[in-house]
Amino acid sequence: MATSQTWLLRPFQERSTQLFLGVLFAALVLVTFLHLFMPEDSALHVSAYTVTLLGKYLCYALLAVAVDLVWGYLGILSLGHGAFFALGGYAMGMYLMRQIGDRGVYGDPVLPDFMVFLNWQELPWYWQGFDMAWFAFIMVLLAPGLLALVFGFLAFRSRVTGVYLSIITQALTFALMLAFFRNEMGFGGNNGLTDFKDILGFDLRSDATRLGLFLATGIALAVGYVVCRAIVTSKLGRVSVACRDAEARTRFLGYRVERVQLFVFVVSAMLAGVAGALYVPQVGIINPSEFSPLFSIEIVVWVALGGRATLYGAVIGALLVNYAKTVFTGIMPDAWLFALGALFVLVTVFLPKGIAGLLQKRRQKDDDQPGAQEATA
Amino acid sequence: MSIHRLLARMVLAVCLALGATLANAQAQTNAPEALLKRLVEAGQAEKTDLLKALSETGDERARGWLEAVRDGKLAMIEDTGALVIVVNNRGRNWQIADALTGEDLGEMSRRDLQSLRVNNALRADIEGILSVIDLTVADPGQRLDAARNLLGEVNEALATQLQARLQVEDNGQVRDMLTNALAIYQVEQGDVEAVATLSGSLNPTVRAALNNAVNSDDPALAAAAEKALASIEQKLKLNRAAETLYFGLSLGSVLVLAAIGLAITFGVMGVINMAHGELIMLGAYTTWGMQQLFPGQPGLALILSIPAGFLVAALAGIAIERSVIQYLKGRPLETLLATFGISLILQQLVRTVISPLNRTVVTPEWMSGSIMVNEALSLTLNRLYVIGFALVVFAGLMLIMRKTRLGLEVRAVTQNRAMARSMGIKATKVDIMTFALGSGVAGLAGVALSQITNVGPNLGQNYIIDSFMVVVFGGVGNLWGTLIAGLSLGTINQLLEPWAGAVLAKIMVLVLIILFIQKRPRGLFPQKGRAAEG
Repeated sequence: MATSQTWLLRPFQERSTQLFLGVLFAALVLVTFLHLFMPEDSALHVSAYTVTLLGKYLCYALLAVAVDLVWGYLGILSLGHGAFFALGGYAMGMYLMRQIGDRGVYGDPVLPDFMVFLNWQELPWYWQGFDMAWFAFIMVLLAPGLLALVFGFLAFRSRVTGVYLSIITQALTFALMLAFFRNEMGFGGNNGLTDFKDILGFDLRSDATRLGLFLATGIALAVGYVVCRAIVTSKLGRVSVACRDAEARTRFLGYRVERVQLFVFVVSAMLAGVAGALYVPQVGIINPSEFSPLFSIEIVVWVALGGRATLYGAVIGALLVNYAKTVFTGIMPDAWLFALGALFVLVTVFLPKGIAGLLQKRRQKDDDQPGAQEATA
Repeated sequence: MSIHRLLARMVLAVCLALGATLANAQAQTNAPEALLKRLVEAGQAEKTDLLKALSETGDERARGWLEAVRDGKLAMIEDTGALVIVVNNRGRNWQIADALTGEDLGEMSRRDLQSLRVNNALRADIEGILSVIDLTVADPGQRLDAARNLLGEVNEALATQLQARLQVEDNGQVRDMLTNALAIYQVEQGDVEAVATLSGSLNPTVRAALNNAVNSDDPALAAAAEKALASIEQKLKLNRAAETLYFGLSLGSVLVLAAIGLAITFGVMGVINMAHGELIMLGAYTTWGMQQLFPGQPGLALILSIPAGFLVAALAGIAIERSVIQYLKGRPLETLLATFGISLILQQLVRTVISPLNRTVVTPEWMSGSIMVNEALSLTLNRLYVIGFALVVFAGLMLIMRKTRLGLEVRAVTQNRAMARSMGIKATKVDIMTFALGSGVAGLAGVALSQITNVGPNLGQNYIIDSFMVVVFGGVGNLWGTLIAGLSLGTINQLLEPWAGAVLAKIMVLVLIILFIQKRPRGLFPQKGRAAEG
């Protein structure tokens, strides 16, 4: 027990983690204060809409951390993390659907509206149990985790790596998108799941619930960050970095590379699932477009912009890109894809280490310690 | 008005004169003109015989008269008794033409015209007579159509005529069709032996006739019909399989076209070009642009777009290679991201500059339509062209890679860059050429795709994942692998579709490939020896 404690507590002794957590909690407290105690007409007041928007960004940040864990520290470029995010979201969405009860348009006490619409007589077996919160919350972790376990087990066992793995992860999320678009799947087809009423008994439209969800997301991000930090600073984390840099050599040294890869991959998928589960009640809808390959690849560019293998860089990247997206799509929607495309090109060509790389470089200059260079491939 | 009258009188005069001179001769009663005259005065019962006699005169105007009678357009001018064909019977004044000479007689009040009355029985008779007339025309294609129309329409009178016709018919297909038409009639009459004649036919009318025969009271006939139906069913199944195979090959050749350029850039050079789909899209838009340049000549535009599409996509490829990819050498994952960014920019560019909506690309006449192999199987021409085009492109690429200096240099640079350079090969130039080649082929794919799918900004996106799947499935760096993988994936997809539905079939194929790659990470035909990396 003692070892596991130190393993989990080690990140708290790092300066970067302390700084990250400090900034995060300060931001959470500040937003809460500005939302609750500033008068509505004040310029400093943060509206409920903004709180939800920020909550959405934090979900994306957690998702980016999950991607950074596999890409930055394991060298696996997953172009299918949107699938895990969406699966977590669907698990949560199914719970929220069941919570609607007989308040739906058709007033059926058990069946969600779209099933009544499709003339289904009873709930499919995989919808059973989602009326219970604890079950749904476990499924939020289990559904993406199981998919990652099976997929990863098959892929890593046969040593599919690099570009090949990227392409088949993309194919995976594409196949899932097509599948979820089908009405027969029982997940609402292309409309997805929506019209949620409340979560754990709290009304989803009330400002207090929104603030609560925002804070929960912030805490989830903090926990996710600490877990990832704990993994990468552990012995397993160092083996995983070794896999990233020289997979064959690590294998010849006697490490079971595929097990390390599988473990990290599954943890990352579960984190993505949690991010999706927190995302759905705040956005109010989950539909198959979350599975689209474009979304998954967008996540990667958040991480690339922020800086690979830093975790906090992923958070910065996710927040920046999504803020830019909100601004751009508001002012000139056509320009957003140009900007995003340019971002892909510019970051990979001119900023291979991302913003975090820039920060590190500056710090090194300040400290004037040219010897302390970090090797990132 | 008076002019019309005058003209009509003149016609009448001519007719009367003719009638007068010919009145004495016995043969003249069977002359077409006389028959037509008698037709107007004849009672309903007599009309059919008269029409038949008319058709047997062999007069080439007979067809026109029969059609006019059928449509109720044969009329007599009340004053003169002259026969006219009503060309246009709308409004108060009808436009008429002389029935015998076809001369335009201008317009005449409809009150002065008396139309020949026809009832449905007569109309049906006329249809039969018309088909028999069509059976005697010179063009075998028309004869075949006429014979097909007779299927299931044969009655007793027609049957004897058909038998006579069969003696002189020299075209095999027409003969078969006539035999079938006769056999249907005979089966309807309860003739068991005629069933055997029908057993090979795929025509739906034949099947309907046999289905009727199965329910007949005669047990021998019913059994024979059942047997014939079973053999037809067997044949239909084969044809359906052939059709599925054709669709599969056609889909497969589309996949091959889309993937073959990628097989060069990804497979041979090792560059992940996520903008490959957008290069395909550029090729498709080039076709559209060419058609705008040459309005009204879609065929010429399409042929010109083949080199144009290649050039446009190749130039775009060179621009991508020079501006981005060359800086990311040896970093495949970064290349993937950067080229994905380029694909987004290209898509949005097309949306902004041209339109977010789909553009229509016209299919030239020689590419539309289909070849009918038999009653149950017809092959659409445009898909046939695409299959041929894919094979030609593949053969061309094969030649370039195997037989030209460029191909040799490309293979040298991919196998050992440093060694190739020390032998005097300009590796950078080879990179550019290879990438241009792969991109140009994507452009060619776009030209072909414009003929079978919508041309829109999302065209490329729809093919990029499939293309990568084909290349990875076939084995990276192996053009033959790409060909076989593309064709087999297309066929598998089509085989699954009937019982799984289009979307599910696609999902199943994707899952199949994902599982396959686990089993054989290097694809169907992995590279061996020094060319294999790692």
